[in-house]
Order: sequence, then structure tokens, then C-alpha cells
Amino acid sequence: MQPIISVQNVSKIYKGGFQALKHVDLEIKKGEIFALLGPNGAGKTTLISIICGIVNLSEGTVNAAGFDIVKDYRAARGAIGLVPQELSTDAFESVWNTVTFSRGLFGKPRNDAYIEKVLRDLSLWEKRHTSIRELSGGMKRRVLIAKALSHEPQILFLDEPTAGVDVELRRDMWAMVRELRRKGVTIILTTHYIEEAEEMADRIGIISKGEIILVDDKSALMEKLGQKQLAIQLQHPLTEIPANLSQYALTISEDNVTLVYTFDTQNEETGVAEILRKLNENGIEFKDLHSSQSSLEDIFVSLVHGND
Amino acid sequence: MNFYAVKAIYKFEMARTWRTLMQSIASPVLSTSLYFIVFGTAIGSRMQSINGVDYGAFIIPGLVMLTLLTQSLSNASFGIYFPRFSGTIFEVLSAPVSYVEILLGYVGAAASKSVMVGMLILVTARCFVDYEIQHPVWMFAFLVFTSVTFSLFGFIIGIWADSFEKLQLIPMMVITPLAFLGGSFYSIDMLPPFWQTVTLFNPVVYLISGFRWSFFGVADVNVALSLGMTVLFLVLCIVGVAWIFKTGYRLKD
Ligand SMILES: Nc1ncnc2c1ncn2[C@@H]1O[C@H](COP(=O)(O)OP(=O)(O)OP(=O)(O)O)[C@@H](O)[C@H]1O
Ligand SMILES: [Mg+2]
Repeated sequence: MQPIISVQNVSKIYKGGFQALKHVDLEIKKGEIFALLGPNGAGKTTLISIICGIVNLSEGTVNAAGFDIVKDYRAARGAIGLVPQELSTDAFESVWNTVTFSRGLFGKPRNDAYIEKVLRDLSLWEKRHTSIRELSGGMKRRVLIAKALSHEPQILFLDEPTAGVDVELRRDMWAMVRELRRKGVTIILTTHYIEEAEEMADRIGIISKGEIILVDDKSALMEKLGQKQLAIQLQHPLTEIPANLSQYALTISEDNVTLVYTFDTQNEETGVAEILRKLNENGIEFKDLHSSQSSLEDIFVSLVHGND
Repeated sequence: MNFYAVKAIYKFEMARTWRTLMQSIASPVLSTSLYFIVFGTAIGSRMQSINGVDYGAFIIPGLVMLTLLTQSLSNASFGIYFPRFSGTIFEVLSAPVSYVEILLGYVGAAASKSVMVGMLILVTARCFVDYEIQHPVWMFAFLVFTSVTFSLFGFIIGIWADSFEKLQLIPMMVITPLAFLGGSFYSIDMLPPFWQTVTLFNPVVYLISGFRWSFFGVADVNVALSLGMTVLFLVLCIVGVAWIFKTGYRLKD
């Protein structure tokens, strides 16, 4: 299937010479939730801004909803809704006016029933006549979401939607994002919360220093990550793994006092019980056991550091 | 053409006018009334008529122009500067709108507001002095042309400015002096010959002179020249705006 967004060889050099993106290639599939992860300054917002038409690209091409974002900017932009990272809202306008303004700006005829639904879904209906400066930060964020949804976009960008948002609202947002996806909206979000990406995304991309360093299905990533490690603290140092244990993926730590067993949690038989029994048979005593599972955060950190 | 977008921007900008009614409409009307009382009624009663026009009436076109220039500049420059300053400009930049549509919305609203204020001042002036308009259609044309031109100019200033101070700079330091010295309160042939020549480099002279002609049929400079200059400024501003949009100057990184 044709991707709904395709970014080809996009570079961005800001005035002053800083290169924020380096030959980025990325394809977003229609209807998916894509999470873009990366440390501060990696270029996430720059990439999103280019796709949305706020920042000019220095090199490369971008297609959105089948249209070139430069040549066919009207059609491309009309398909996109953007919730920016910064809480930039009007101050004195009412919630209702600012949201209907957005709909008009995107070339859609007035539709009060639709706007009402959006505001109700975001629990903003009661506040529709309130001027925006009187709203709390979390509410302002929701107003920005309402503005982005006001023109019924096919593609929604959420640039750190849950930064500074309380747990409850974050849950609400996740539910809302899933609901939008169910209706066929493609969602691209950036986040610094790995658990958010784990929870929400179908695919995950990692960007660092202006380069995409990994794009994969979340499930594939999780599978790689689905490995568990069991650390067995030995009573006495061990230099060699006994022959009857050689069939297991066991390693000895450098100081020879820890035996590390790596296994797949998906397997029926993890082999843990067997190993412990055989250790006993060999008279190897241990004083403690500790198991750990690598998380998205771990690969994230290792990848990003690997890119240093 | 994205008419919904033009309408949305226009409505949004006009809503700002209604919300700040005192500042945007009442205050220019009040300050011009003060000019009428001081210069028109009090001082004017002791002044000779100029070119056969009573001094109180003579200053009306000048005062309207003065207000038109400052209002157009401040409305349009603020209208575009503020979203840049607050960051809300991202939405306009990400919307499926062309630059022409953005201009129609912002400059259209600013110019409409100026025309409204100008008309209001004309009505207010009627309370102080008797006057007639010989060429009402030309009068209105000058009013609209000037409002549009200076709203465009204001738009350019609003894009160029990167601080509130700079936003005020050109209106205060350039336009107000030019307007005062452009014959708002006197006819330029009341000046010594040397200063008459210098004055001809002041673009505002042509605007005021043409506008005054539409009222009283008398002018400092040829009407055709006035009209030509007005159109020239309009074209210059359009070229400036076109350049800004083409290069994305101060709008897009
Ligand atoms: N307008 C600009 N002019 C010059 N440099 C810029 C500009 N905007 C961003 N940059 C630089 O480009 C790099 C990428 O910035 P960007 O905002 O895209 O990062 P990000 O991944 O969104 O970071 P964060 O997680 O902090 O939001 C940064 O080094 C930043 O300093
Ligand atoms: Mg960012």
C-alpha cells in the first residue's frame, strides 16, 4: 500500500548553518500510530514542521496524502492537523471562536454539530465561551487538539502531546488517539515517555542528531526486547561453565561471581528450573537471584549513545 | 481560492476590533475631535481662509489622512506581529492558504477598520464645522487606496519587527512627522520656496493634497500626480509584500 506520508532524502540547514536534519527517509503507513522518539534537539519538531509547511526544507521531497507538500501544498496541508509542542494559543478569543477559526482557515464550511462533538469529546464543551487565557495548561493543550481536529484531518501530528499533562488526562488522550485511529486517522506522535510509545504505537522510529537511526514495528522491537536475563549470584567464583550446562545461554561475569542466563519469555520452557537443579547437582552454591527485562528505554539509550 | 480562510482571518481580525472598541475606534475619534476643537474652532476662527476654504474645514482632509495613516499602520502591523510574537502564526503557515488569501484577510481587515474610522471622523467633523465634499467618489477612492496602501505597509512593518519597540518605531519616527509636515494643517505654498521643494519629497503631501482636492476642488499639487503617487506607493508595497512571501522572510525558517 502506498504510504500516506513519504519523506525522501530531507535535509534541513537552519540559517546560521546548523544542520538539524540529515538525509532523512521515512514512510508512514495509512492508519497507523507512529511514535517518533529521540532526545532533545534530535530534530523531531523540525521534521514535523517541514511536513506541515511551517519550515522550509533545504533538500529532498515530502509527500502527504499523495500530494507534494510544496507543489500541491493546498491538498497536502488540508489533510493534516498539527498539535504543536509549544502551547501557542490566542489569549482573548473564546474556545468556540478559536476552534471555528481553525476550521475556516483550513477551508471547511461551518459545521457547528461537528465542532460541538469535538469539544464534547475533549471535555471542553462547558468552557466553550471562556476566553483561552483563563484556561489551565492542560485545557489549553486540549484546545490545541480541538483546533487540529476542527477540519477533520486524515493525518494528525501530536508533538509531545502529553508533556506536562496529568496521568488522568494522559489516559484520556491515549483513548482519544486510539478512537481516532479506529476512524482511520493516521497519527504521528513524538514523546519522551517510552512507556507511551510502548503503549500506543504500531511502529516506532528513533531519531538522533538529525538522523533516523531505526524504524521498526513495535511488536518486532518488543520481541527483540522480550528477552529476560537471570543473574545468579554465586557463593564462590566460577571460571568455567560446567559441561552439563553448556546447552544453555549462560555467561560468566568478569569478576566470575555472577552467572547470567538470557532467555526468551515467550517460550513455554524457560529452562530456569532446570539450570538451578543442575547447579545444585554440580555443587555450585548461589546466594541470590535477580531477573530483569530490557525495555524500549534500554535500546533507546543504547542506540542513541551508539550514535554519539 | 480558499474563501473560508479569507473570511476566517477577516472575521477574527474584526473581532479584535470590536473587543477593543475603545482603543481601536473611540480613541482616534476622540483625538481628532480635540484637534478640531483646538485648531478648527479655537485657533481657526482667527485664521484667514486658505485658497478660499475656511481653516476649520481646510484641516479636515489632513486630519482624516493623519488618522488613516497611523491607524492603518498600527492595525495591520499589530495584526500580523502579534501572532508571530505569540507563536499562533504556525497555524496560518500550516493551513492550505495562499499568500494572497493571507493578505486579503489581514490587510483587508486592517483597511476596513481604517476606512470605518475615517468615515467616523468625517461624521464627527460635521459636528464642529460645515463642509461639503465636491467629489465624493474620488474622496472615497482616496480613502480606500490610502487605507489599503498603508495597511500593506503596516503588514511589512509587522513582519520586519522583532520587538514591540520596532513595531512602534516607523509609525512614530517616520510617518507621524511626515504626516504633520505633509500639509495636514497648512497649504504647502504657505512655506518659503526652499521648503516647498523639500516638501515635494514627502510622499504624504501627495496623499493629503489629492484627498483635499476631492473635498474642495483645490490642491497643492496636480491631482493626477497625487493619484499617480498614491498608486505608486500601493505598487511599491505590493512588491515588498510579494518579496516577503517569496523568500519567507521572517515568516519561515
Ligand atoms: N529556528 C531555528 N533556528 C536555528 N536552529 C534551530 C531552529 N529550530 C530548531 N533549531 C535547532 O535544530 C535542532 C533540532 O530542533 P528540534 O526542535 O527539531 O528538536 P526536537 O527533536 O523537537 O527536540 P525536543 O525534544 O527538545 O522538542 C536543535 O539543535 C535546535 O537548536
Ligand atoms: Mg520538539
